[in-house]
Amino acid sequence: MELLAFLIFAFLAVASALVVVAHKNPVYSTMALVVTLFSVAVLFVLLGSPFIGVLQVLIYTGAIVVLFLFVIMLLNIGREESQLAGHKPQFFASILGAIVFGGLVIFTLLNVATTPAPGGPSTELVSLEGLANTLFKEYLLPFEIIGLLLLVAVIGATVAARRTQPGESTTGVAEPPKEEAQP
Amino acid sequence: MNVPVSWYLVLAAVLFAIGTVGALTRRNGISIFLSIEVMLNGANLTLIAYARQFESHVGQVIVFFVMAVAAAEAALGLALFIAVFRQRHTIDLNRINLLRY
Repeated sequence: MELLAFLIFAFLAVASALVVVAHKNPVYSTMALVVTLFSVAVLFVLLGSPFIGVLQVLIYTGAIVVLFLFVIMLLNIGREESQLAGHKPQFFASILGAIVFGGLVIFTLLNVATTPAPGGPSTELVSLEGLANTLFKEYLLPFEIIGLLLLVAVIGATVAARRTQPGESTTGVAEPPKEEAQP
Repeated sequence: MNVPVSWYLVLAAVLFAIGTVGALTRRNGISIFLSIEVMLNGANLTLIAYARQFESHVGQVIVFFVMAVAAAEAALGLALFIAVFRQRHTIDLNRINLLRY
């Protein structure tokens, strides 16, 4: 049963990841990314982390992918313009590099971690209580720092995407005022 | 039948390699970001698989942090793309070559 679910969703994840990478239209790529994220969330649940699976669906497909779609539609990006024209060696080199890299990783993993999963995941691993204890006791300081990072990212994104008015005094982050603005 | 943990690790490596190819070959900024998200998912799958193998919550906690960092990265990067698009009217990375060479 677990094997069947693993095979189905692993195939879905790899196929939709290939669509993400290969499709010309960014909107279709984003939609394929949703399928990849859902499949990986199912694999998280299979591995005994249902909370992380729910977070994956909520944060990734609920927030990040919507942000991507919003920006794609805001900027009205169509198909890619310059598409590897005259960059064939780069393309083949990247394919070759990825094959070598993936082969090395798979070879290492097959040699190191061949221990089969014993039984199912334990109830201790699945329980939300244990996760909360680890997160809010051992990892409390990183948790707070992550909150600070998100705050800084929100402020930075607002500043970076802000449209500077012509007469407005810039704060040093944005572009300096143009010379020809003052007659 | 139980699935060995190493199968999940191999799947994670395959996802990461696919994302690497995308990030190296695409020329559209948004597509490169999407490829990076695929790579992050491969890394997350590795962490969760090892959390399962060692029956530890630490892997899940780290995945939680990685998701938060990915959200921050997506927000900031897309804001940068909007700012660049205002100036250059493209996010084709072959044409944003002010700092190249």
